[in-house]
Amino acid sequence: MSDDLNIKKSSKIKTKSSSVSGGGTDIDYVRPAELPEQDLYHGHSFITKWIFCQDAKVIGIQYTLTAVFTGVVGLILSWMMRMQLGFPELFPFLTAESYYQFVTMHGMIMVVYLLTALFLGGFGNYLIPLMVGARDMVFPYVNMLSYWMFFVAVVVLMASFFVPGGPTGSGWTLYPPQAILEGTPGSEYGILLMLISLSLFVIGFTMGGLNYVITILQARTRGMTLMRMPLTIWGIFTATVLALLAFPALLVSSIMMTLDKVLGTSFFMPTIIKAGELLSYDGGSPILFQHLFWFFGHPEVYIVALPAFGIVSDLISVHSRKNIFGYRMMVWAIVIIGALSFFVWAHHMYVSGMTPWFGFFFATTTLIIAVPTALKVYNWILTLWRGNIRLNTVMLFCLGFILTFVNGGITGIFLGNVVVDVPLSDTYFVIAHFHMVMGIAPLMVIFGAIYHWFPLITGRFLDEKLGKWHFWTTFLGAYSIYFPMHYLGFIGVPRRYFEMYDSPYVTSAVGMNEFISIAAFIVGAAQFIFFFNVVKSLRLGKRAEKNPWKANSLEWLTPSMPPEHGNFGEKLPVVHRWAYDYNVPGAKKDYITQTTPPSEVLGAEVEKT
Amino acid sequence: MWTGLVFLGVIIGSIAFHFWTPWWWTDIASNWSKMDDTIILSFWIGGGVFILVALFMVYCIFRYKYKEGRKVEYKPEDKKLEFHLTWLTTLGVVALLAPGLLVWNDYIKVPDNAQHVEVMAWQWGWKYRLPGEDGKLGTSSNKIISDANPFGINLDDPNGKDDIIIESEELHLAKDRPVKILLRSIDVLHNYYVPQFRAKMDAVPGIVSFYWFEPNKNGEYEVLCAEYCGVGHYAMRGSVIVEDEEDYKKWLAEHETFSSFIAKQKSNPINNKQLAKINNLLNDK
Repeated sequence: MSDDLNIKKSSKIKTKSSSVSGGGTDIDYVRPAELPEQDLYHGHSFITKWIFCQDAKVIGIQYTLTAVFTGVVGLILSWMMRMQLGFPELFPFLTAESYYQFVTMHGMIMVVYLLTALFLGGFGNYLIPLMVGARDMVFPYVNMLSYWMFFVAVVVLMASFFVPGGPTGSGWTLYPPQAILEGTPGSEYGILLMLISLSLFVIGFTMGGLNYVITILQARTRGMTLMRMPLTIWGIFTATVLALLAFPALLVSSIMMTLDKVLGTSFFMPTIIKAGELLSYDGGSPILFQHLFWFFGHPEVYIVALPAFGIVSDLISVHSRKNIFGYRMMVWAIVIIGALSFFVWAHHMYVSGMTPWFGFFFATTTLIIAVPTALKVYNWILTLWRGNIRLNTVMLFCLGFILTFVNGGITGIFLGNVVVDVPLSDTYFVIAHFHMVMGIAPLMVIFGAIYHWFPLITGRFLDEKLGKWHFWTTFLGAYSIYFPMHYLGFIGVPRRYFEMYDSPYVTSAVGMNEFISIAAFIVGAAQFIFFFNVVKSLRLGKRAEKNPWKANSLEWLTPSMPPEHGNFGEKLPVVHRWAYDYNVPGAKKDYITQTTPPSEVLGAEVEKT
Repeated sequence: MWTGLVFLGVIIGSIAFHFWTPWWWTDIASNWSKMDDTIILSFWIGGGVFILVALFMVYCIFRYKYKEGRKVEYKPEDKKLEFHLTWLTTLGVVALLAPGLLVWNDYIKVPDNAQHVEVMAWQWGWKYRLPGEDGKLGTSSNKIISDANPFGINLDDPNGKDDIIIESEELHLAKDRPVKILLRSIDVLHNYYVPQFRAKMDAVPGIVSFYWFEPNKNGEYEVLCAEYCGVGHYAMRGSVIVEDEEDYKKWLAEHETFSSFIAKQKSNPINNKQLAKINNLLNDK
């Protein structure tokens, strides 16, 4: 069977491949470069090298550190929330106001300022030029501005903790009218700073995002066809395209809400009576905001998920010593999921009061997305099958990802199926679902990726023993937080409740809430094992030789490790194959790098890519 | 070895938790048992997929653990396998979606004989308006809400005169009679949710949203606000009492109509009530 597959496949691909067209008899032929190389701007002082730096790798690290800082803030906020939910009234400073402020800031920080910034700004910047074989992003200066705009956005966001009234407590969805009315904490200054910060984030992201897309489309090295790109790049690329299309919806809704707040316009504000007084608003639509927000918000889920999908595919392939199964299907699944993600947003609004007829459409589109997503899962586990699996920390995080992602994906099918959403929406089932699928699962990938690429970035390995401790406490702890939490939702416990009082059917959940809180404290604390590991390994970690994982992709093939500014030294690499030629029959080693020309592996029965 | 065992433990633990959990949904008290059925169906199909995928993964961990020189398969694609997996998954999705959409169709089609109940939400509480003998609610607008006209009922609409006004957070419903809840809000989003009835919908200022159910078990149920509405959200409770038709009629007769309400309008109920509520919240802290 694989024989006829070979024939069919090679005849199809041949026409597309740059390595075979017009090459005559030279099997190593790659089309020559059409333009001479341009030199980069090299930093000369400490400031131009490390602060206002134009090297995408440094920018990636700046993004990562800033995002992780916000993540630590988000983590501490989640501890406060769990303290209140598990052990109410233990701390007098935990008032309802502050609880709602913590909920809001935790949500926004984790989704936008941690996950989005880390995957696209962090991994995107570091990996795109290296993995496509470019010396840097195509617009290094704009790239630098992008980071600093993000930095300012974070400063503005954090400043809201210190303004009168504190940060906004409107929930991370910022639904008007309550977001800008008295009765919600931080409805004066907190919400304004949040909206300004988000606008700055979008502006900064757009500058970075254009860079990522154009670098991938225009600056790939010779031989790196689109269908030879590592899936990491496909994930980041598609996610960036989504973000460029989705973030404008967030930007306009932020601007409109700012106008509603500051100038008294009524984009989202209908007739409202507060404390017996008729406010001056009239005729706006709160549901319009929800449409705009989720038109951004749902693709946002995939902006986080797609890079995670891509990265985990590469990690699994490298550490199973086996080609990723069904590469082309994986690529198309990423693209199709990305495209469909723009047609499902109102599944967040089944009980919002919008016309109920939308339910049919959005339930259908939402469940259609399950098909390509499920195929990706099958392909990951089929990659493990008949592989040679290294059970190191990186792989453990990948396995943790598969379990949590499948779990959270399936509860997503519950909630997407409109009528199941009716009893479960706005309950803890939703909280458990999205933390499992877009909290824990992407975090697993982030950690796996850090353990995987740390040797590239620093020249040293992270400590494996600490890594395993970190993995098991994080995975088992997080799973025991969120798996039982679904059942709180079945009872009917609503989300965003500061206190449950003594509702007859929720008093039974007290024990579970205490358990979840304790698990949350432990999982949070376990992250400090990781930070300790990073700090320790930076100085004392085992030195890594070049290409320590025996991977195929270009980032490991730089002349110096860690790679220097310009990445590839004198000559850009030339690519002859995809990134997944592991354990090719007839080859001497168990991997063939992307730069290996066919003439060096004559006996290997590779499939044409 | 033990890596695979721990993962296996997680899978078995999850299944065991699911079947022996003491935390499960409340006894249903409305006609929406089909929602529960759809959830159960989702559990069987979704849970089945989860278990299969997870077990396969654990098998691979045991079977293909790293060994120097192990023979690894090199097969980039398998069209046939990918095709079968695609249609199997599609089938599973259809099996979940189709029944779900049928129930949704019931959910949005309100029976003609449904009792209309207007739920008016405000920060932070509920009040109700029921049609009078004519069975019709008068038209209304938030713009004309005042102390004298707490529901903003159109004074020129004869249908509104006999509407029954219930300025209390307690609502009574007759057993086995479908109810159409018409939701209004005077300020922000709210959501009228009784877990035992399963159904819910947001109240949105500026529009009237709706949902329906048929209570089928007598008793008192707690109403929870299920859409975040500001700092008093968690305290925004109400109650529904489901009772036999006669008791319900008795309760209804105790409440005054809009016209008699206007007639004896003197005090300032909204402000008093809100002040009381705010005081309660402050005392709670």
